Amino acid sequence: MADKRMTEEQVVAELRSGMTIGIGGWGSRRKPMSLVRAILRSDLDDLTIVSYGGPDVGLLCAAGKVRRLVYGFVSLDSIPLEPHFQAARKAGSIEVTEYDEGMVQWGLYAAAARLPFLPTRAGLGSDVQRVNPELKTVTSPYDGEELLAVPALHLDAALVHLNRADARGNAAFLGPDLYFDDLFCAAATKAYLSCERIVPTGQLGELTRTRIARWMVAGVIEAPNGAHFTSCVPDYDRDEQFQKEYATAAKDPALWAAFRSTYLDVADEAAYQAAVAKRAAA
Amino acid sequence: MTATRAEVCAVACAEVWRGDGEILASPMALVPSLGARLARETFEPDLLLSDGEASYVDGPWALGAPAPDAVEAWIPYRAVFDLVWSGRRHVMMGASQIDRYGNQNISCIGDFARPTNQLLGVRGAPGNTVNHPTSYWVPKHSTRVFVERVDMVSGVGYDHVEQAEARRFHEIRRVVTNLCVLDFGTPDGAMRLASVHPGVTVDDVQAATGFPLVMDTDVPTTRLPTDDELRLIRDVLDPRSLRDREVPA
Repeated sequence: MADKRMTEEQVVAELRSGMTIGIGGWGSRRKPMSLVRAILRSDLDDLTIVSYGGPDVGLLCAAGKVRRLVYGFVSLDSIPLEPHFQAARKAGSIEVTEYDEGMVQWGLYAAAARLPFLPTRAGLGSDVQRVNPELKTVTSPYDGEELLAVPALHLDAALVHLNRADARGNAAFLGPDLYFDDLFCAAATKAYLSCERIVPTGQLGELTRTRIARWMVAGVIEAPNGAHFTSCVPDYDRDEQFQKEYATAAKDPALWAAFRSTYLDVADEAAYQAAVAKRAAA
Repeated sequence: MTATRAEVCAVACAEVWRGDGEILASPMALVPSLGARLARETFEPDLLLSDGEASYVDGPWALGAPAPDAVEAWIPYRAVFDLVWSGRRHVMMGASQIDRYGNQNISCIGDFARPTNQLLGVRGAPGNTVNHPTSYWVPKHSTRVFVERVDMVSGVGYDHVEQAEARRFHEIRRVVTNLCVLDFGTPDGAMRLASVHPGVTVDDVQAATGFPLVMDTDVPTTRLPTDDELRLIRDVLDPRSLRDREVPA
């Protein structure tokens, strides 16, 4: 039986500049932040990022890793607007594909089902069509209705963070919502799944919560507190104080330099977690 | 009992869901949340409400308080999207900009290619507006929000649904603001002043609106809350008066 356990650094070694990478979670909820932080420490750049965006997007934009962003929104939830994403948009430093939220799901679903597109009404009549002129419509062969054809969003890699997984890649979410993590995995050539804890298969818990099956997953990374500072309910809530510090620092170059040197320009994930623990104790 | 402006607004918000029956009411701010809960407690008992996370919840609960434990069913985001496609939902969204045909913008200000300010992104607004009824809540009616033309059409208005496909399930029901209620009961779907809140004049509304409003000769006054509604608002649904933060007295 395949043991797919690996480290964040081993995941980054399998990624390449220019890849399209999907990131699971939703806003500032259950984001694979330890994997995002590993990308920040790497030489990877020129990435296309697909995300229901939160601080994953902000951090990657701030580090200059993003060539194109595909998204329906970017938000920190309790702080509505993501300052690094705002700055990147105002500076014109990233290319963007802004979709309706449902279109993002449809694009991932089409990729997962190996279809070239899926039809929808979402987006019709809105400026999503104007700012994405490559979008085409399709006519129903049954009743002639014209629908938007959302192109498949193929991912070279997907990064997701779940509560529990086994060493083979079966995984369970224990919080209120799976979000679209299974679709991100299924839409990707290779999916890397970090988790709070690796457990024996029999201890994954309630069957209906084990929504990721091992065929979807190429690598499993044990990353306790790995979604910090986003929420990973019921293991932990969002670190609101830390998020506030992040968002405040993001608006001020001097504060941001200090934030980076304390939390991001560190040797590895363990050093990040140590800095977070030290902050909490202070 | 004398009603405050915030209470008039809450009732005006509740009214948008009148007649909707067994659908999900999705309010996006404090006063619309108060309105949706009030509608369910009074004239629209079959409405479904979510806890804002992933559960349909039963029973009344106060603004700012945790949702009741009485969970009816699971509604993760994927089920919300399915519900949008099905049409069994009526959302009340905010608007950073809205124009005379009900086009709404929550994406960005300025040129999309390089905006002067980046907001949330279009979120679910394009899909919502062409799949099920949509209303809007504007807590501070001003010419900054009510503009001649929005910078990025997120929610789709009446002049953008010429294609039959986009028009099929499209309905912008109403816009409720701190000053008035607006609808689109005109031949070409232009915004019409439906009523002004007590103490507000038609001129006040027009001065705060960046385009000429359609209106009848006599514009009615928005109805006042009943005593029962006021008791529900004050004692049950918003005892901490969070509504006053969104619409100051």
